[in-house]
Amino acid sequence: MTVEKRVSGAGGGGGGDQFPVGMRVLAVDDDPTCLKVLENLLRRCQYHVTTTGQAATALKMLRENKDQFDLVISDVHMPDMDGFKLLELVGLEMDLPVIMLSANGETQTVMKGITHGACDYLLKPVRLEQLKTIWQHVIRRNTKPRGSDNDDAGQKAQNGEGENGGANRNKRQSRRDRDENGDDGDDSDDNSNENGDSSSQKKPRVVWSVELHRKFVAAVNQLGIDKAVPKKILDLMNVENITRENVASHLQKYRLYLKRMSMDASRQANLVAALGGRNPAYSNMNSLDVFRHYNNAYGRYRPVPTSTHSQSNNFLARMNTPSAYGMHGLLSSQPLQLSHAQNTMGTSLNDLGVNNGNLIRAPHMSTMVTGTSGNSFANISNGVSLAPANRSVQPLESSNRQHLGRINSSSTDSFSSFAGESPHFPDLGRSSNTWQSAVPSNIQELGQNGSMSQATLQVNGHRMEPVSSFTTSSNQITSLGNEMQSQAASLASSTLPMVFNQDAAPFTFTSSTNSREALNSNLAFSNSGINNSLPNLRIDSSAVPRQALDGGNAGGGASLQDGRIDQHTTGNQLNYTNDLMGTSRLQRGLSGSLDDIVVDMFRPDNDNGGLFIDGDWQLV
Amino acid sequence: MEYANLRRQAASLKRSLFDQGYLDEQFCQVEDLQDEASPNFAEEVVSLFFKDSARLVSNIEQAMEKYPGDFNRWDAHMQQLKGSCFSIGASKMNNECTLFRNSCGEENAEGCRRSFQKVKREHAILRQKLESYFQLLRQAGPARTATRSGGK
Repeated sequence: MTVEKRVSGAGGGGGGDQFPVGMRVLAVDDDPTCLKVLENLLRRCQYHVTTTGQAATALKMLRENKDQFDLVISDVHMPDMDGFKLLELVGLEMDLPVIMLSANGETQTVMKGITHGACDYLLKPVRLEQLKTIWQHVIRRNTKPRGSDNDDAGQKAQNGEGENGGANRNKRQSRRDRDENGDDGDDSDDNSNENGDSSSQKKPRVVWSVELHRKFVAAVNQLGIDKAVPKKILDLMNVENITRENVASHLQKYRLYLKRMSMDASRQANLVAALGGRNPAYSNMNSLDVFRHYNNAYGRYRPVPTSTHSQSNNFLARMNTPSAYGMHGLLSSQPLQLSHAQNTMGTSLNDLGVNNGNLIRAPHMSTMVTGTSGNSFANISNGVSLAPANRSVQPLESSNRQHLGRINSSSTDSFSSFAGESPHFPDLGRSSNTWQSAVPSNIQELGQNGSMSQATLQVNGHRMEPVSSFTTSSNQITSLGNEMQSQAASLASSTLPMVFNQDAAPFTFTSSTNSREALNSNLAFSNSGINNSLPNLRIDSSAVPRQALDGGNAGGGASLQDGRIDQHTTGNQLNYTNDLMGTSRLQRGLSGSLDDIVVDMFRPDNDNGGLFIDGDWQLV
Repeated sequence: MEYANLRRQAASLKRSLFDQGYLDEQFCQVEDLQDEASPNFAEEVVSLFFKDSARLVSNIEQAMEKYPGDFNRWDAHMQQLKGSCFSIGASKMNNECTLFRNSCGEENAEGCRRSFQKVKREHAILRQKLESYFQLLRQAGPARTATRSGGK
C-alpha cells in the first residue's frame, strides 16, 4: 500500500535522525477493529506497521527474522495465546520491547504485564499521543544495557508522567510499579556501585542482588560453566558498577557452592532421611503446607522484576529468585518426606538445606523434576515433581511441586535459612506464621546440620515469602546480599546452626543482617544453581522464563540431575559437576528433554577443574 | 449546494450522536486518522466494527445458551466486545457492556440477560445511526474533513 511504502520509505527503520520515524512495529490483536485503528494510529506516527490477529503468527514472524521489528504491541486477551505468554516469549527469545494493550486496566493485570516484562502497558482505547512516545522504549532498550533494568523502570516512571491520554491510571500504576522496581534496582545498583568502584581498589562487598545474580547465572550458563571467565561473564551481564573482580569472586563462590551442593547432596540425603523422621511436623508442613503458605505468601509478592514466569507466576516469580534457592531447600526436605525413594532428590535437597550451597542443589533437583514445563521456576517447583517422569521423583513431585514452589522461595531462603537465615525469610516475606513456628523449631534442628533441609523447608516456607519479597524488594535483597555475602562465606563454612538460631528467633527480615547476607549469597547461589536447573526445566517449554533460567540454571541444572539420580547420591556430586558442565549443555539442549539433560549431567565429568575456569574449584 | 446540505446534515447527525452519548472522543480520533492515504478509514473501521461485533454478540448469545452459569466465559466474550467498542468510541454500547460485566461479576444471570438485551439494542441503534451518517457523508462527497470540523 502506498501508505506503507511512504511510511517505511520515510523511516528507514529507526536509524539515527529518522528515529522514531519508520520504527518497525508489530501489532498483535485479535480484535480486528482495534487492530485496524491501532494500525492507523501507528501509521500516523510514521511507524512502519505490521499487523496480525494471531499471536502465533506474530511469533512466527518474529522468529523468522529477529531484526525485523523494533517493537511489539500486543493485546492481552487473545484467543490463541495469552498475551502475557507472548510477552514472555518475545522478551526471552528476541529481547524486543513489548507493549501490552488492553481494555482492562486493573492493577493486577497491569502488574502482571509488568512482571512479565512489558515495557509499557496501554489502556484501550489508545490515543495517538500515547503511541507517539512508545519509541522511547526501543531507544531505552538499545542504549541501556540490560543491567539497567531498574533504571529503565525508574525512567519509565518519569516518562509515564509525560504521557497523556486516557491511560493515566494505567500509567500511574505502571509508574508506581516501575518506581518500585526502580527503587529496588537503584538500591542494588547503588550498593554495587559503592561496593565495586574499581578493580584496583579493594572493593567493598558488591551486593549480589537477586537480579544481579540472576544475570550472573545466566551469563555463566550462556558461556558454559567451563568457559565462564569473569571477563566474559562481566560482559554478558552488562551491568555497571561491577568489576571483573566482583564477578570473579562471585564466580568462585558460585562454584564452591555448586560443588558443595553436590557433595552435600549426598550427605544431605542421609541427614534428611534422618531428619525426616525427626521432624514429621516439618515434613508435613513442608510439602504441602509450606507450599500453600508460600503460595499465598507469594501470591502477594510477585517478584516485581520481570520474572518471566509464564505459568505460575507466583511460583515462578518466587521461584526465580528465591525459588532456586527455596526449591532446593524444599526439594530436599520434601523428597525425604514425600518419598524416600527419592532420596537422591532428597539428598540433594538436603544438601541444599544443609549446605547453603546445597540450596542450590535442591533446586536442581526440583528443576529436574519439573523440567517438564517451560516455566523454569514454576517448573522447578512443579517441575520437581513434574519433571522426572522417569524419575522416581514423581511421587515427590506432587508434593514437591508444592514444595518446589516453596522451595523456590525457600531456596532463596534456604540459602539464607541455611545460613541460619531462615528467619530472614520470614522477615522478608510474610512468612506464614505456621512457618515461623515451624521454622524456629526446625531451625534449631537445622542448626544441627542434619535438619537443615528440613529447616529449610520450614524456612523455605518462610522464605518463600521472603523470596517473593525478595524479588519485590531488591533493596532488601541487596542489603541482604551484602550481608549475605559476608555471611554466606561464613555460613558456608558451616555457621549455619548459628545463623539459624539467630534467624529463627527473629523472623523479621530486618532482624538478621546475617541472614540477609546469607540469603543474598544463597540466593545468588541458588540463582545460579537454579538457573542451571531451570534451564533444564525450561527446556520443555518454549517459554522458558529467562529469569528462571538465570536464577535456577546454575543450581537448577545440577539439581535436575540430582533429581534424576535417584539412584545415586554420589551422582549428585557428579551431577553438580555435570550440572556445571551440563548447565551449559542444558542450555543448549533446552529444547531437548530432561532426559537428555540428565544424561548429560550424569556423564561423569569429574573434570571439575575444567568446569571452572578460574580454577577455584576444588573437588571435594 | 446539495453537498453542503448533505454535509450539514451529516454534521448535525454526528453532533447528535455525540450529544446523546452514542459516540465519544475516540470516534473523533478514528476520524482524525482519516487522510488522503486512507480516505474512508472511518467508514472502514466502523463497518469492520459492526461486522466483528455482530460476531461477538452472537458468540455471547451462544455462550449464554450453551453455558448457562459460566459467567467467566460470558465475561470474557464481553470483554472482547467491550474492547472493540472502546476502539471506535461507541460509548453507550460500551456502558451497556460494562453493566453486563458487572452482572457477570455478581453472577446475576437475570441481570446479565437484561444487560445483554440492552447491548444488542444499542448495537443495532448505533449501527443504524452510523450507517445513515456515513451514507450522508458519501453522498456529500469527498470533502469530509469539512463536515467533521463542522460536526464537532
